[in-house]
Amino acid sequence: MERYDVIIIGGGLNGTSLALALGRAGLATLLADPVPEPDRADPGFDGRSYALSHASCRLLRALDLWTPLAPQAQPILDIKVTDGRPGEGPSPLMLEFDHAEIEEGPMGWMVEDRYLRRALLAALDEIPNVTRRTARAVTHEVSDTTANVTLDDGSTPAAAMIVGADGMTSPTARRAGIRRLEWSYGQTGLVCAIAHEKPHHGTAHQFFMPAGPLAILPLSGNRSSIVWTERTPEAARIGALDDAGYLDALRPRFGSFLGEIALDGARFSYPLLLSVAQRFSAPRLALIGDAAHRLHPLAGQGLNAGLKDVAALAEVLADASRRGEDIGRQDVLDRYQTWRRFDTATLALATDTFNRLFSNDNPLARAVRDIGLGAVNAMPPLRRAFIREAAGLTGDLPRLLQGRPL
Amino acid sequence: MQSTVDAAEVAKFEAMAAEWWDPNGKFRPLHMLNPCRLDYITRQIAAEFDRDLTGQAPFAGLRILDIGCGGGLLSEPMARLGAEVVGADAAERNIPVAQVHAEQSGLTIDYRHTTAEALAAAGEQFDVVLNMEVVEHVADPLAYLTACRELLKPGGLMTCSTINRNAKSFAMAIVGAEYVMRWLPKGTHEWAKFITPDELFDLIARAGLTPVDRKGFVFNPLGWSWSISDRDLSVNYVTASTKPA
Repeated sequence: MERYDVIIIGGGLNGTSLALALGRAGLATLLADPVPEPDRADPGFDGRSYALSHASCRLLRALDLWTPLAPQAQPILDIKVTDGRPGEGPSPLMLEFDHAEIEEGPMGWMVEDRYLRRALLAALDEIPNVTRRTARAVTHEVSDTTANVTLDDGSTPAAAMIVGADGMTSPTARRAGIRRLEWSYGQTGLVCAIAHEKPHHGTAHQFFMPAGPLAILPLSGNRSSIVWTERTPEAARIGALDDAGYLDALRPRFGSFLGEIALDGARFSYPLLLSVAQRFSAPRLALIGDAAHRLHPLAGQGLNAGLKDVAALAEVLADASRRGEDIGRQDVLDRYQTWRRFDTATLALATDTFNRLFSNDNPLARAVRDIGLGAVNAMPPLRRAFIREAAGLTGDLPRLLQGRPL
Repeated sequence: MQSTVDAAEVAKFEAMAAEWWDPNGKFRPLHMLNPCRLDYITRQIAAEFDRDLTGQAPFAGLRILDIGCGGGLLSEPMARLGAEVVGADAAERNIPVAQVHAEQSGLTIDYRHTTAEALAAAGEQFDVVLNMEVVEHVADPLAYLTACRELLKPGGLMTCSTINRNAKSFAMAIVGAEYVMRWLPKGTHEWAKFITPDELFDLIARAGLTPVDRKGFVFNPLGWSWSISDRDLSVNYVTASTKPA
């Protein structure tokens, strides 16, 4: 019988990172991904990129992925948060986070999806105890001692436990009877990359507009990633425009400080919703990434939260395995759930509150938040706490997020 | 069969022998403590026998005795790490429970209804003797520890954990664990049989072993979990000792 320590269902960034971490830690791992490897390794730029926190970058370093990524990674040196209305310019009270206020260096790095995907796959090829298979999980069942998965290529591998890394609609979680708490914001995130005339100086901008936030995140060279949130009907209207019309809609929203702009790569849109699994673990099953929680992408915390799951689960499983424990036991997997649940709930609430406060055109709310922002700006310790949270440096950090080996 | 196991003590544990493997059942406190105990045991064995815990089957070639094996909470992890394991328990009812579970887990473990003294008399020899939460239940600790020494090969390692004897341990282990939390049946422990770390080191030395290490197992009620402490041996603690080569 084909037997592993762990079967990971879903080969996105989180699933692949986990396979790499577990394989390095000596666990026999099967990564079942319905997307063929050549598609995952496509070198083309599709417009997607991630604002990786300091902690996430340390995880990538600990997994020896940073060297291939560093040449194209853009450090975020400064974050400017501005409250504004289109056409009115920024509010006089502005929040500025400067990396000089924390000791760890840049606030984070912008890394493009195309480089991250390929670095992960290349690293995975070097790990003999990870098997990658292009297949979709059809079903799975667990017994007191084993988890069995049926894949659509007809194979039926078994393992001590399985990991659902199969996204927000996680069929793995559904099969396990794990319900989700879901909340739609009625907003859609429009995502694209732009090339621009003037340099960005490593500054990330977040403009809080009545309809939702607009983020401009620096990429290598004179390029930036745009995450632009609009109420869903308006987003649908803008999404239907051609590229020229799309740029015409975008330009007045952040003014001319980057000079002329042009699209670089494809345009994406994502309906914004909060979706949190009722449990992150079940008998012989753990959920990571969007399968466990999809947060409002306001602060770019989606992948960072997923990599925290990866680091925490890899550590729980590696430690349990070295103790000789059965890694699929409920009490082992509960350690992972306990570690990640509180953190996720806190982050979900914080981002949600932040967004509700800012996505509002009520004059009173605007006054409150203008004063609020000014107050935060005037209090260095509170500001430093905000910066450290955004940089992923708070909480009980797993070893990988401290840049240490498992 | 000459035995130092107190018959009344054995009867008390026989009453608790079901549900060994339910992490939320009767043995929940032991399941909660187990990662901590395993961390201590595996690191001591790895250090003594120069094994790499990150490798495959790190304990291959080691013969390990688990005294008071119960349902196999320590025996199974040792077998999973590659050791040849004998699990001994004076409570007969524990043996089939442990055997059934090892079989389900796909592990080969030699479970026996016997005592340390009987195994020593039969001339059995081990690289490691796990002597965890047993010494506070035996009638004659020195005779028992002497049997443990006889069971060790020269250069072998014994880990021995028990409960300290002071006002705090009385409050925590007896009032707290048995009466307030109902973690353990009332009467599981007799406080007068608890042993201080100095007394245990002295007994171990008199039995002919060399004590090499001692640490505390500390319960943190906020995190609801156990951790290993260098300094706090006030309630649960563990020792390591070796048999001179």
